[in-house]
Amino acid sequence: MSLRRPAKDQPEIFEFNSSSLEAANTIVSKYPKGKQQSAVMALLYIAQKQNNNWIPLAAMKCIAKFLNMPYIKVYEVATFYTMYNLSPVGKYFVQVCTTTPCMIRGANQLVEACREKISENETELSDDKSCSWMEVECLGACVNAPMMQINDDYYEDLDKEKTLDILDKILKGETPKPGSYRGRVNNEPENNRKTLMDLKNA
Amino acid sequence: MLKDKDRIFQNLYNDQGPDIASSQKRGDWVGTKDLIDKGRDWIINEVKTSQLRGRGGAGFPTGLKWSFAPKEVGSRPHYLVINGDESEPGTCKDRDILRFEPHKLIEGCLIAAYAVQAHICYIYIRGEYFIDGEKLQTAINEAYKKKLIGKNAAGTGWDLDIYIHYGAGAYICGEETALLESIEGKKGQPRLKPPFPALIGLYGCPTIINNVETIAVVPTILRRGGEWFASLGREKNTGTKIFCISGNVNNPCNVEEEMNIPLKELIEVHAGGVIGGWDNLQAVIPGGSSMPLIPKKKCETLTMDFDSLMAEKSGLGTAGIVVINKDQDIIKCMARIARFYKHESCGQCTPCREGSGWMWRMLERMAEGKASKDEIEMLSDVTNQIAGHTICAFGEGSSWPVQGLLRHFKKEIEKRNNLDPIVEKKISIPYLVDQHLFDKKNA
Repeated sequence: MSLRRPAKDQPEIFEFNSSSLEAANTIVSKYPKGKQQSAVMALLYIAQKQNNNWIPLAAMKCIAKFLNMPYIKVYEVATFYTMYNLSPVGKYFVQVCTTTPCMIRGANQLVEACREKISENETELSDDKSCSWMEVECLGACVNAPMMQINDDYYEDLDKEKTLDILDKILKGETPKPGSYRGRVNNEPENNRKTLMDLKNA
Repeated sequence: MLKDKDRIFQNLYNDQGPDIASSQKRGDWVGTKDLIDKGRDWIINEVKTSQLRGRGGAGFPTGLKWSFAPKEVGSRPHYLVINGDESEPGTCKDRDILRFEPHKLIEGCLIAAYAVQAHICYIYIRGEYFIDGEKLQTAINEAYKKKLIGKNAAGTGWDLDIYIHYGAGAYICGEETALLESIEGKKGQPRLKPPFPALIGLYGCPTIINNVETIAVVPTILRRGGEWFASLGREKNTGTKIFCISGNVNNPCNVEEEMNIPLKELIEVHAGGVIGGWDNLQAVIPGGSSMPLIPKKKCETLTMDFDSLMAEKSGLGTAGIVVINKDQDIIKCMARIARFYKHESCGQCTPCREGSGWMWRMLERMAEGKASKDEIEMLSDVTNQIAGHTICAFGEGSSWPVQGLLRHFKKEIEKRNNLDPIVEKKISIPYLVDQHLFDKKNA
């Protein structure tokens, strides 16, 4: 199990803004009547998006009220799932996969790059408070290892130099292009494709 | 090598685009109504004839699973749930289906929903695949627009609504009952079985849960016939499968191949060979991180299907092949996998919650050569205390890779860790008692 604690400094109040509220209502309508609790995960995610990438306790209370469920049940969910950030992570949240398939292709170099550019320790905000990084478990892009995720986007087939380059860009406030950084197309074997050639050449 | 015309996922590398027009050109949504008009029994029978086994890891026969759904819909509605919570290290096949072949999945959903009499289908996608989920949502919207799903889907008279539910970074939600808990808005902690979800599942209603790849191959099976699918591979291990080859190979890739293909062919032909040559191979994890590794000497002749890997005391799992060459420290690799399981244990059952961390700490010490001789036996014992003593299969999943390491690389561990035991073992007292309390020197 992973240990997850809410941040010490918590805002007093949290309320959904109008666009979040609209999104929340759409999500609740996906589930059968009386089963609105199902929407809690999506609502936490909406709250996280609205609140600069992290979920304060006030947001959990707000969601509990919105879905008419006990606050502790929302707290349970928010602390169980690792994608909910319980403390500020900055505008750009960098997650480096270091599980075995990435590890044996050199994920530690990506970690080094993050240490150099962002902050010495995991989950520590960079000097300008815009960015933080952490090691995470398998992100499910193993044939594109090593890789990392920045907010929603995947950056694949990296090495240290390319990572430093990407991090430089995000620290300047730019959004680098997601996808493979070795110029290959999706998950095909680079320069060694032997299947579905008719379609490739079509 | 499998002929291109027998490949189900023609757009695996996105040569043509995932939109509905190009999907229809590839044959999706062609004559869906005719397939459904042949009736429930025909569909389930055809899937049974094809001997399709679940692609999510356990390899349960799909046709049989569908036949478990109650024949008549009672007071409780039926649900269809698609498991796209792909988090097994080494596996990234479902992602490609979600983003490049979404219409195969959606059409499969309609057929499966009809076969098990469900009007609502939830597709559970891991939270990290948000962008890929958006692409699936676009495809779902296209299908609604063309009236292929929704009321009177594809003119079949059957109503079907498809919704996406995102996870939020919990590996355990790939376990089917944990996934149901997660959809219900709770912590993803697995339920005890029985009752099985086919009778009491989502919201207490009959629910059929299938992997993304399983559902996505169904329309093609029905179109080309179960016999065709069964003619590929071998008895009880039929059809095609997307293999993900990652790790120390020259060209890591996803490729769709026939079941029972030799492992060596997959690595040498499709993945461009092991980095440093075949002789530099150390071991292969054949089916995602929870399957025990296989040492090089067995890799020469190994064929990739459920039963032949089972015979090697491993398993096909999700067919995520991780190749490890001799430049890597095998103990370190397994220690990292143990850390993964320690991180992802849901904490419900004590053997798994405590044992997974215990295995990780011991393996980290062993990688550094700081463990004592007796700890190797202890590690083996801990794995046996976990496997089979938990609610879900996570217990097995976390202890099998360690058991695989001990089975094939015990000598390596022993060579590195020859420290004397901290405490002299007293035969009559099991180690689980704090032995140091008996030993004044160490107390």
